Amino acid sequence: MIRLAGLGVIVLAGGILVTVAAETGHIPADQLSIARTDSISIPTPGELFAALEKSGKTNWAGQYRGPIPVTYRNRPQIALNLGGLIADGFIAVQAKDGQQVKNIGSDIIKLAKALGVSEKLLSRGNSINDFAENSEWDTLQEELEATQNEVKSSMQSHADQDLVILVTLGGWIRGTQVVTSAIVQNYDERSAKVLRQPALVHFMQSKINEISPELRNEPLVKDVSNELSKIEKLVSFPPGKTPDIEEVRKVNEAVGKMMEEIENKEAPK
Amino acid sequence: MKRSLLIPLSVLVLAVSVTARGDTDAEVQARKDALDVAAAFSNDGFKIRDGHWCGIVKPHDHSLVAVNLYAGNEYWFSVGATEPAKKIAVSVYDETGKQVTTESYDNGEKAAAGFAPSISGQYFVSIDLLEGEESSFCLVYSYK
Repeated sequence: MIRLAGLGVIVLAGGILVTVAAETGHIPADQLSIARTDSISIPTPGELFAALEKSGKTNWAGQYRGPIPVTYRNRPQIALNLGGLIADGFIAVQAKDGQQVKNIGSDIIKLAKALGVSEKLLSRGNSINDFAENSEWDTLQEELEATQNEVKSSMQSHADQDLVILVTLGGWIRGTQVVTSAIVQNYDERSAKVLRQPALVHFMQSKINEISPELRNEPLVKDVSNELSKIEKLVSFPPGKTPDIEEVRKVNEAVGKMMEEIENKEAPK
Repeated sequence: MKRSLLIPLSVLVLAVSVTARGDTDAEVQARKDALDVAAAFSNDGFKIRDGHWCGIVKPHDHSLVAVNLYAGNEYWFSVGATEPAKKIAVSVYDETGKQVTTESYDNGEKAAAGFAPSISGQYFVSIDLLEGEESSFCLVYSYK
């Protein structure tokens, strides 16, 4: 565990020596503004759930939702729902529910195939089943992260990079829905702190603004983008402020509305 | 399929995907070095996040990447660099650009910084080349 107990302290972490030191450096704002943002800048649902798990009170199985259709024909809708499903996979891993992991894994593969992504994903599906069968939860989480990255890599190589941000966004929306719901059910200040993510939401919004005008004008993408601007305000708490239960509830309602639309919006004829 | 077979398979798939994205040989080596450092923290329960960031770092310059972290989690940012890098350093800054206190691991062209944020939000990881010439580097991170 990281314990910043003092200056110049030497501790052992994973068998290697590390030192602890307070630093006084500063990077000017103009350099921060040109810092690189990359896929690594966006946390996975697993990271979000790990932070929530610290309270030790989360009823993960209570956050399941019913099966979603895997017959969407609208590509942006498939991409958004695929991201949501991957987040559902992380929830099932947190709940240590092998059968649920297998069910979700199967749906992930169906949606991914509908987008025409790599056949390699089929082997991921088999791996997910095997790990779930053997209750290998840590490995399953790694496999889900790898699956998510593979879906995105495959989309990029198929010139579908505009859909990548929608997969990411779908995962973030579903993850945030689950986390806010769990916090509302059992409010805890430490858990509520995870909701402060203005830069992350701003980054996703900016990526949506970069996608092709044709895709951006899809009714579902347009609606999600508009809602995301509102959510950015809802998660922009000042650095020292912990959101209270009402503020958490507002975020939950906003992401719940988006999730409902992502799941059920009728594609234009 | 047994896990013992799946792990090498996963590594192979990862290696293939790295090559597909066009990472150079130097970046692949730097990534391997970064993963070696990160593996040490896995013994303490840290999960290595799938994904990495590779680039070039120049003398007396730094490479800066934005990350979004959650209060409550603990993180290690591990970096490997290739020759002619001799000594690199990793440091973390908050959203105002103020450097935060980290645990540090430094071993020539491998380095890491550990940090447990008390505030969720955006942070910046800086990779600095302290000694040596322009080199490739790779960053991976772990969390628990």
